[in-house]
Amino acid sequence: MDLNYSPEELAFRDEARTWLAANLPADLKQKVERYEHLSKEDLLRWHRILADKGWVAPAWPKEWGGTGWNVVQRYIFEEELGYVGGPPLIPFGLTMCAPVLLQFGTDAQKKKFLPRIFQGKDFWCQGYSEPGSGSDLASLKTKAVRKDNFYSVSGQKIWTTLAHYADWIFCLVRTDSGEKRQEGISFLLIDMKTPGITIRPLILMDGAHEVNEVFFDDVKVPAENLVHQEGKGWTVAKYLLGYERMNTGRIGASKRELEKVKEFAKDVADPRFRDRLSRLEVELMALEITNLRFLDRMRRTGQPPGADVSMLKIKGTEIQQGLTELALDAMDPTANDEFSVALRKRYLSMRKTTIYAGSNEIQRNIISKMTLGL
Amino acid sequence: MNFDYNEEQQLLADSLRRYLQAQYSFEQRRKALDGSPEVWAKFAEMGLLALPLSPDYGGFGGGAVDLMAIMEAFGEALVVEPYLATLMASRLVARAGTAAQKPALLPAVAEGRMKLAFAHTEGGARYDLAAVRCTAKKAGGHWLIEGEKKAVQGAPVADKLVVSARTAEGVALFLTDPVKAPTRRSLDGFPEADLVFSGAKAEALSGGLAEIEETVDFATALICAEAVGAMKFSCDATLEYLKTRKQFGVPIGTFQALQHRIVEMYIAHEQAKSMACLACSTMDFSENSKDRARAISAAKIKIADAARHVSQEAVQLHGGMGMSEEMKVSHAFRRLTVLARQFGDADHHLARFGAL
Repeated sequence: MDLNYSPEELAFRDEARTWLAANLPADLKQKVERYEHLSKEDLLRWHRILADKGWVAPAWPKEWGGTGWNVVQRYIFEEELGYVGGPPLIPFGLTMCAPVLLQFGTDAQKKKFLPRIFQGKDFWCQGYSEPGSGSDLASLKTKAVRKDNFYSVSGQKIWTTLAHYADWIFCLVRTDSGEKRQEGISFLLIDMKTPGITIRPLILMDGAHEVNEVFFDDVKVPAENLVHQEGKGWTVAKYLLGYERMNTGRIGASKRELEKVKEFAKDVADPRFRDRLSRLEVELMALEITNLRFLDRMRRTGQPPGADVSMLKIKGTEIQQGLTELALDAMDPTANDEFSVALRKRYLSMRKTTIYAGSNEIQRNIISKMTLGL
Repeated sequence: MNFDYNEEQQLLADSLRRYLQAQYSFEQRRKALDGSPEVWAKFAEMGLLALPLSPDYGGFGGGAVDLMAIMEAFGEALVVEPYLATLMASRLVARAGTAAQKPALLPAVAEGRMKLAFAHTEGGARYDLAAVRCTAKKAGGHWLIEGEKKAVQGAPVADKLVVSARTAEGVALFLTDPVKAPTRRSLDGFPEADLVFSGAKAEALSGGLAEIEETVDFATALICAEAVGAMKFSCDATLEYLKTRKQFGVPIGTFQALQHRIVEMYIAHEQAKSMACLACSTMDFSENSKDRARAISAAKIKIADAARHVSQEAVQLHGGMGMSEEMKVSHAFRRLTVLARQFGDADHHLARFGAL
């Protein structure tokens, strides 16, 4: 046991850190650090800089542009990416749709979509949640009826992040309402320009437009846009769930934010505040090492992550929220400058993290059932 | 970066666990609360007593990571033997002893012929390692110790004591013969004693506060691992109870209110294990005393919080059975309550961590 990175891993980290710091445009860095609104163009600019370097999709197979890094190198890179403070890489194409296509897609689907995702030419969003289907995803009702060589899709999705930026949406739809509800679900790729799609913004409590309602009214989707077989959408969704669970700790970004809060709070003399900050720092250290332990296990066994990695999502999001709360408490209550206002809004906004991507209660259900056998 | 135990570490831990399962069951442990010569002899035979000592004195030169798996196994079985007491005192002898003291003591410790204790804590000192009021005065070729030490773990069975006392130069370390005192018992069953030194004859070691701080940090890393073992037992026992105990016609583990609580226990144990890895690995690989203090205090904060959380929930989820003297889980509660505070509670280490 030795928790230190090897000299090779350290050299890799330094190379990534140096390059990222040198290539992140200063205006983007400032926007992120000051929690300003990020436009679609802001997001795509950083995406394309990384794509040009060949670093935008490290986990993909090499033939499609992946880097061939091992799990530890990929983790180190992820953390450096978070730490440097660039706009987030939007996951819907890169780390959600693409792995699904790589696993279940036809050659034609891979050729059509993967290069455009890599280059940042298509912006993707995710059509899972519905008004009546949140944690109980399998109860979804959006209907797709097969007619000749297309599907007719009707229904509604909700909480669709950045649908107003998106060129494409991947959707779970119901193709059969038979007895076993999971078996009637299919995975469809839908062009957002198709007639019959309406997007309505949902403004969250911080005042930001990030999520939407998406309505489908007899939307015609070519049958070739079905991924995997009809009725096998649940298998696809479960595969994706296992895939995405590993990258939810967001440790690099939290480290950067912790440093900022420390700097920001350096004039707060109250030892009780300092203790709260220390406890959060310790939580972050524990999360980082736990994450490394999971990676080490994956590297050693060659097995995919187990359900217990759900704890990374639980602890990671609790820490992200804790940081915003400390920032709120550290600031001058009378401050009204742009940054202070942004920090207050950030506190509001980050409440979403323990709700999205499988609420933390669902994550506990997963550990309870899959890991503990209850 | 790797989190594996190497083959030697794993084999030793496996054989220790097999021995403890066969010969140190909860029932057998009850009879061995005052220390058992057979258990100590077995520890010597397995090499556990030699493990932390230098090869120069019959040891194997093991570090904190080598000891980590041992301490986890001790925690799982709630072992009550003066292992840590002997280890701390012999570490001080190894680091600060004279050329004559080391060969006189350490080989005997390695072979299981000698137990030691470290008499340091005083009433009112709480966790301040520098708060030493016992004094040592030079008298001819030796020293005389005056003062009181409280709750000295392992003292009732120790063959020699390492004692801290104040001289004109500051806190210094001394070697004395054991002092007669009634045995008291810690909350978690360890034999300990309050010692009164009235001009006890002593010989000086060459070190002082820096050696004490290093040894206490080392011991803190080890009890982090021990607490992880006790937490593992508490989580496993509680999970088993949730699966077997029936109420309203179903196992109580089918209730979501309880499922989420045991998941939180499980997460706390995993996080604590991560921090124990950090503490032991930093102890072995870092030369810098500030890095060392930072890692140890961070680990102890997390372990203290997790020990409290896991032990309290284990009792609560066991219902009335958790309160029972007959159940091992109530003894794990005692052990975790003590370990959470030993060498500094969360508040103490928060202050230390925050000041670094």
